[in-house]
Amino acid sequence: MPDAAAAGRPPGALLAPLRRNVFLGLLPFLVVAAVYLVASHERLAENPQDKLLPSLAQMADAIARLAFQPDPHTGDYVLLMDTWASLKRIGLGVGLAALAGLLAGINMGLLPRVRSLFSPFLTFLSMVPPLAILPILFIALGVDELSKVALIFLGVFPVIARDLMMASGQIPREQIIKAVTLGASATSVIYRIVLPQVLPRLLDAVRLSLGGAWLFLIAAEAIASTEGLGYRIFLVRRYLSMDVILPYVFWVTALGFATDWLLRQIVLRRFRWYAALGGG
Amino acid sequence: MNEARAIPRLLHLEDVYKSYGDKLVLENIDFAVRAGTFCSVVGPSGCGKSTLFRLILGQEPADAGRLFVDGSPVTGPGEDRGIVYQRYSLYPHLSVLDNAMLGRTLPAGFAERRRRAKEFRDEAMRYLERAGLAAHADKHPHELSGGMQQRVAIAQALIKRPKILMMDEPFGALDPEAREEMQLFLLELWEAERMTIFFVTHDMEEAIYLGTRVMVLSQHYTDDRGNGAGARRGARVVADYELPSAVNSTKVKRSPEFAALAEEIRRIGFDPQVLQHVTEFNLRHPDSFQTLRPEEARDPREVA
Repeated sequence: MPDAAAAGRPPGALLAPLRRNVFLGLLPFLVVAAVYLVASHERLAENPQDKLLPSLAQMADAIARLAFQPDPHTGDYVLLMDTWASLKRIGLGVGLAALAGLLAGINMGLLPRVRSLFSPFLTFLSMVPPLAILPILFIALGVDELSKVALIFLGVFPVIARDLMMASGQIPREQIIKAVTLGASATSVIYRIVLPQVLPRLLDAVRLSLGGAWLFLIAAEAIASTEGLGYRIFLVRRYLSMDVILPYVFWVTALGFATDWLLRQIVLRRFRWYAALGGG
Repeated sequence: MNEARAIPRLLHLEDVYKSYGDKLVLENIDFAVRAGTFCSVVGPSGCGKSTLFRLILGQEPADAGRLFVDGSPVTGPGEDRGIVYQRYSLYPHLSVLDNAMLGRTLPAGFAERRRRAKEFRDEAMRYLERAGLAAHADKHPHELSGGMQQRVAIAQALIKRPKILMMDEPFGALDPEAREEMQLFLLELWEAERMTIFFVTHDMEEAIYLGTRVMVLSQHYTDDRGNGAGARRGARVVADYELPSAVNSTKVKRSPEFAALAEEIRRIGFDPQVLQHVTEFNLRHPDSFQTLRPEEARDPREVA
């Protein structure tokens, strides 16, 4: 028989105010790092030639070599070159997808006929696994930059367009009618009433689609490329160079995290009303 | 056509019908509103007040009938009708001042907006000052109370100097105190500007207190078509009162005449058991008229 008093006790943890506890947030990071360091130490103590779990010093060496010393054959700083190549591809792909998604989303959200025309097609398109059409892209567009940017675009665009369609569709009809009584033309309704209101939502949509975009980028670079973060990771895999792979993975993650943080800051600062109304 | 209808009125509706699917919402609506009237429309919830509001705005077309604003047929929302809704009147991404300026900045091109920025700003500030909001000009709507938001919405509509200010339950979301304060504010504004206001509410006291005219819209009535199971009736104007211009005191709400009128409206408009015949409607207001089809009243007695 459960204790009546205990059964009736309010669930305190659920009622406590939501406060961010930085230490609690850091704890999982510390635990993973500690487990890695201990395991790495143990393996290297047994066999100093072991490549599976490199020590921090080994990884630092590898990064110093790739980041701060020019490649002896080409004279390039490899990490910089890889980062620049990857950021260019992902920036171009996501940027174009965001722009196209914004235009398509607003038009579909506001104009019922445009929605009827494109919505089923877009839904269908969004279900195509982008990686499955990567070979088609390579065949049709060649193995250069275009196919990689196209892959990211195709993977990200439907998600953003559908989200922006919903956001535009949710703008109360009253707002649009009122704008017309205030003298707005159709163009000014779109560009001065709707567009500024869905912009923060666009940034949110981009944040959510960045994970997918990096996946498509790494996959495309792994298959056909001569530079890029994904290319390097898959290249050195042949030599079991975990001392390069692990820092590279960490670097890719950090780049994604920083982009997400940056976009969130823009939403919080530039679009304070949006955050105040529950977005962001 | 009788004499009252021959004089052009600011707002004129005749034989207006509206249905959604099988449901007939508005049936044979006739009325006119002259300039300077504070016209309240009251009725039970779901009687089609907001539908009527949308038809006058031109947000939706009527199934039949004619609607005129200042002699021109209503074809869509236009700058001659300003709107204040219960919600969504303001744009959340714009500051209070930018919201108030919209009536000037929205129709202007980019170059004109830059050139006349100060003029627009000063004009909007004058309206905000009258609404007592000059100090809040740089805030965003979400930082204001509900009453203040509605003041901004009124200023935003007034900057266009609309022929009619259309208000749909504008104070419906406010607490009683803010509501009373806003009623006084609106009355003062109306008296000072001699505006024409079309004010939809389900609050009878508000309708009587504010209006110089109270129209009762209701689906509870009967006519010569009988009350069989197949009777399909939309709301009509079942009563139309001319009231003395309101004084700037809320005391009038506690007078016996006020209570008697509220009681009468409640009985004929809101009580589903009380079914007046279409020929018995109290349409004494001089701008009121009624067109009846033969099957509705076999012996039509036109009420002027």
